[in-house]
Amino acid sequence: MNDQVTISPTTLSIHLAINGRDHALEIEPRVTLLDALRDRLHLTGTKKGCDQGQCGACTVHVDGQRVLACLTLAAQVEGREITTIEGLAGEDGTLNAVQAAFLEQDAFQCGYCTPGQIMSAVACIREGHAGSDEEIREYMAGNLCRCGAYPNIVAAVRQAAQELRS
Amino acid sequence: MRDFSYFRADNIEAARNAAALPGAMLLAGGTTLIDLAKCGVAEPSTVIDISHIDGLNAIDVTADRAVIGALARMSHVADNQQVKSLFPAVSEALWQAASAQLRNMASIGGNLMQRTRCPYFRDPQNFPACNKRAPGSGCSAIGGVTRGHAVLGVSEACIATYPGDLAVALVAFDAEVDLGERKLKVEDFFLAPGATAEREHDIQPGEVITAIEIPGSAAARRSTYIKVRDRQSYEFAAASAAVGLELEGDGRTVRDIRVALGGVATKPWRVRAVEDALKGKALSEDTIRKASELAMEGAVDHGANHYKIALAPRVIARAILKLGETA
Repeated sequence: MNDQVTISPTTLSIHLAINGRDHALEIEPRVTLLDALRDRLHLTGTKKGCDQGQCGACTVHVDGQRVLACLTLAAQVEGREITTIEGLAGEDGTLNAVQAAFLEQDAFQCGYCTPGQIMSAVACIREGHAGSDEEIREYMAGNLCRCGAYPNIVAAVRQAAQELRS
Repeated sequence: MRDFSYFRADNIEAARNAAALPGAMLLAGGTTLIDLAKCGVAEPSTVIDISHIDGLNAIDVTADRAVIGALARMSHVADNQQVKSLFPAVSEALWQAASAQLRNMASIGGNLMQRTRCPYFRDPQNFPACNKRAPGSGCSAIGGVTRGHAVLGVSEACIATYPGDLAVALVAFDAEVDLGERKLKVEDFFLAPGATAEREHDIQPGEVITAIEIPGSAAARRSTYIKVRDRQSYEFAAASAAVGLELEGDGRTVRDIRVALGGVATKPWRVRAVEDALKGKALSEDTIRKASELAMEGAVDHGANHYKIALAPRVIARAILKLGETA
């Protein structure tokens, strides 16, 4: 590779792979993945809570790993596979097991943190960190719920984990 | 957040060259840099994205040593089976840090560059005085709300607490940071503020962390990280301790012990006074508690953080007692 440094211009042309679709964007380098999703691509399911990496409302998956879209530059994830809450249900609208469990367990009140909770829970189960209520609480700690729906969130994650195991 | 130019480095040489440019800052996980850019604390003119460089994320662990690539993610190191069995304090420090999402993003090299959570440091608009941000401007924390501030390694210039967990375990076990051209002890990589609070790390423009190395030892194999905080999870330490213990064949006399503190000092804080007081001694709760008090020699509080002077020795004692029980 070329070791000489050439600095990019102030507007970047990038492609993002989101929920299996390619999106072309012209953005300033400072644009976060969260702002690109919401303001440019109108994928508003991903929520902006604190915008400082403290609440988990903006949780999405990058290459299958849960991350915070508010602290991720859009330019940084060009070439990665991004999944948002809009990409979780099946083509025919069938809900993901975690989405269905959140409904059945009434795991929300106002619903603002819910997309982040669900994206985090899907990853939590896949990582193998949903083995007990204690473990679910620890590994879901990065998603705050100001309504305090935590007991039902833990119940929903437990239910979905059991269904996905069986 | 002020705008900047973006440059994606494809290899370590390109990263080093770009990192030497004035105003350039490296981007790996982004959990510190993007956060501080939003606060107005970090104002890079160029962001050098090193997260796509191949080959820097390997985790290579043997009984002799662990070599962890700078781009390995905190979550991957925490879950690594060899790290868990040969360096349990390292795994425990990692999984108790931040949240699952942040641990998936944050790199090991970037973790060492994490900045303080001092609320005055993080708020330039309301608190212009900060010797870390603007050398010579003063310290807004001294005389302010100090509940989270340091009691060890402080100076008249700065009392900001080093907030991390991993580096506390690293200094306990004599880990080194690899900067390519040179290697140095993690303990020496971190700088206490003294009169130069703006210098937190012994690293120069153009240097890039490529790996950390942790020597294996019996004390590292029997080790733990205990973290006490205001809420049970997803919180910085009020006080934490990384402790490793090796006992003689009798199962109670200390052959080797390592003790380091987090959440109470301006840098990851090795406490050799506690280690020296316990080496060669038979473990008893009384001996452990008396020795743990030695960690607070030279401690200076600023009112609201006085509790840390009582708390930290208890955290050390709890960690040693826990390890002693597994004999």
